[in-house]
Amino acid sequence: MRLHEYQAKQVFADAGIPVPDSRLATTVEEVVEAVSEIGFPAAIKAQVHVGGRGKAGGIKIATDEEEARQYADEILGMDLKGYTVEKVLVESGVDFENELYVGITMDRGEGEPVAMVSTEGGVDIESVAEETPDAIAREHIDPAFGLHPYQARKVVYDAGIPRDVAGDVASILSTLYDLYESKDASEIEINPVMITADREVVAADAVMNIDEDALFRQPDLAEMEDEAAADELEAKANEYGFDYVRLSGNVGIIGNGAGLVMTTLDLVDYYGGEPANFLDIGGGAKAERVANALDMVFSDENVDAVVFNIFGGITRGDEVAKGINEALEQFDEIPKKVVVRLAGTNAEEGMEILNTDLVEVEATLEDAVQQAVENAQEAGQ
Amino acid sequence: MSIFVDDDTRVVVQGITGGEGKFHTEQMIEYGTNVVAGAVPGKGGQSVAGVPVYDTVDQAVEAEDADASVVFVPPAFAGDAVFEALDTDLDLVVAITEGIPTQDMAKVNKRLSETDTRLIGPNCPGIITPGEAKLGILPGNIFESGDVGLVSRSGTLTYQVVSNLTERDIGQTTAIGIGGDPIIGTSFVDALEAFEADTETKAVVMCGEIGGEDEEQAAKYIAENMDTPVAGFIAGRTAPPGKRMGHAGAIVSGSGTGTAESKIDALNDAGVPVGDTPNEVADYIEDFL
Repeated sequence: MRLHEYQAKQVFADAGIPVPDSRLATTVEEVVEAVSEIGFPAAIKAQVHVGGRGKAGGIKIATDEEEARQYADEILGMDLKGYTVEKVLVESGVDFENELYVGITMDRGEGEPVAMVSTEGGVDIESVAEETPDAIAREHIDPAFGLHPYQARKVVYDAGIPRDVAGDVASILSTLYDLYESKDASEIEINPVMITADREVVAADAVMNIDEDALFRQPDLAEMEDEAAADELEAKANEYGFDYVRLSGNVGIIGNGAGLVMTTLDLVDYYGGEPANFLDIGGGAKAERVANALDMVFSDENVDAVVFNIFGGITRGDEVAKGINEALEQFDEIPKKVVVRLAGTNAEEGMEILNTDLVEVEATLEDAVQQAVENAQEAGQ
Repeated sequence: MSIFVDDDTRVVVQGITGGEGKFHTEQMIEYGTNVVAGAVPGKGGQSVAGVPVYDTVDQAVEAEDADASVVFVPPAFAGDAVFEALDTDLDLVVAITEGIPTQDMAKVNKRLSETDTRLIGPNCPGIITPGEAKLGILPGNIFESGDVGLVSRSGTLTYQVVSNLTERDIGQTTAIGIGGDPIIGTSFVDALEAFEADTETKAVVMCGEIGGEDEEQAAKYIAENMDTPVAGFIAGRTAPPGKRMGHAGAIVSGSGTGTAESKIDALNDAGVPVGDTPNEVADYIEDFL
C-alpha cells in the first residue's frame, strides 16, 4: 500500500525529518488560502499514485496568486494517467543548491533491507542505478540489529555527500530506518533531499510503501488505505477481501490461487483476448464468496464475457458450483456469458451441480479460456 | 528416491488445533504421512486426529522424536512459530501460512542462515513425495509416483501442471511449492540442486512467476550445473508494473525488473524450453523422457 505524498510527509514530519511548510487542498479557494499563508513561490502538487507527475503536468510552481488560481484550476479534477486528481499539496517552494537521494528498500535476493544514498537526487533513481551504478552508495542492514549509526555515516560518506551536511543526512537516514522498521514499510524514499542556500536539508518529496501483510499491526496506516484507494472496483474488492487488480481488457477472470489466476490472464492474452482483471478468490472459498466474485466482475462495465477457472485443493468444486448457480439464478437474464472450468477436489460433483442453462462448461483450462475469448469478441461487436 | 521428505519423515504440526491445522493434519495422515505430534501453546495434553499435542515444539520433538514441522499458525504469530521450530534443530520446517509481514521474514531468514535447518515457504502449499508423505495442503489424489521433479512458486498452478503430467501417466519424484512471498527459505536453486543430485529424477518442471530474480538465478544454475533436463513455465506475462498480483512477491517493479519476459529469456538462454500453456510444459517433459 502506497501512501500519498502528503500522508508520507506527515509521517516524516512527526518523526522529526524537516519537510517544507505545506497545506492540503481540495478546491481552488483552499489553494488560494494556502498560498496566502505559506507565500511564494509555491508548488501545487497533484496527490495521485502516478509516477512522473511533474512531466505529466501534475506539478506546477506558482509565483503569484493569479498563477496559483490558474494552476489549481488546471490540476484539480485533471486526469493523470487514468486517475482523477481530487487533492493537491500546496507547498512552500525550496530554494536549493543540491538535490540528494536517500532511500531504504528490501533487497529480496539478500533477504535484508538495504540503505541507498546518492548525490544524484531529483531524477529517477532506477535510471541512475542503470546508467551510473557507482553513483549510488549501498549498505545492507542486519534486520536483527537495525541500522548501526556507523553504517548511516559510512553510506553517506561513501556517497560523497558534502561534508558540512553529512551529519544531517546521516541523521535523516537513521530516522528513515526507524520508520521503515516501526511502520512496516517495504520501501521508503526521499527524492530529492534538498540542500538549501543556508545549507539546511529538507525532504522535498516523500515515498512510503507499507507492507500490506503488516497492516493488521499498523492501524493508523491502515486507515489511510481507504483514502488512498484509487479505483471504485478496487475499493469494492478490498471490502470483499479479494486480491484484485483492474486491467483494461474485456474478458473478466475469476480463479483461485495467484499463479493460476495469472496464468489464466496470460492464456486469455495468448488466445487473442484481453484480460479485464485479476481476481483471486483464495483458498477454500464458499458459495457466498463465489457470488461476490461474480458480482465484482459483472460490475465492471468493460467486461463482455467471463471465465471462471478453479483448480480445487482446499477449494471444493461443489461449493463453487453452488455459488455460481446461486449468483446467476437471481438474474432474469445473465448479464455476461460465463464459462466455467472446474478441476481438482470435488470437481465432478461440481460439474453435476452446475446449471448448464446458465453457464457454459469446459473440461480444460485452454478450452475454457478460448471459449471466453470468443464470447467476448462476439459480445463486443 | 525423493528429495527432502519420505515415509521416514516424522512430523510435528504447529497450529494443529486450528481449523486449517486440524483439517490438513487429517488429510496428511490419510495420505500416509507420519504425523507424530502437534504443538500449540496452552493446548498441551490434548489430542487432535489421534495425535498428541504439546505446549512447545521442543517438548513435541523430545517426546515424539520429530524431525520436521509444518506451520499452520496465523500470520501475526507465524514468524515466532518458525523461530521456535528453527531453535529445535529440526531438519525441515514447512511454513504454509500466507501473509507473514516481510520484516518478520527478514529476521527469520537471518536466523535460518545460522542453522542447518531447511525452510520451505512461507506462503506455500508444501511438499509431497507421492505415495510416501505430504507436508502441507496439496491435494494428494492428483499426484502419482514417478520420475519428474517439480518446483513452483504457486500452489494451484502446481496442481494444474501436475494434473497435465499425471493425465499422461507421467509421475513425480517430489513436488515442492517454494512459496509466493518476497523472502522465502528454499529457493529454486536449492530445489534444483537437490533434484540434480537425485538419481531417480529424470526431468524437472520449474514454475516461476513475475517478481524478484530467483528465476534468473535458477537459469544460471541450470546452465552451469545441471544435466537433468528442465522445462519451465512463467506466470504473469500480462501483469502491469507496480501491481501486486495476489502473491506478495509477484510484482513487476516500476522500473521494469522482475518481468516474465526477462525470466523467459534467461531460461531460454540456459536451454530451458518455456511453455506458453501449462499443457505445453507437459509436452516438453514427455519429450525429455
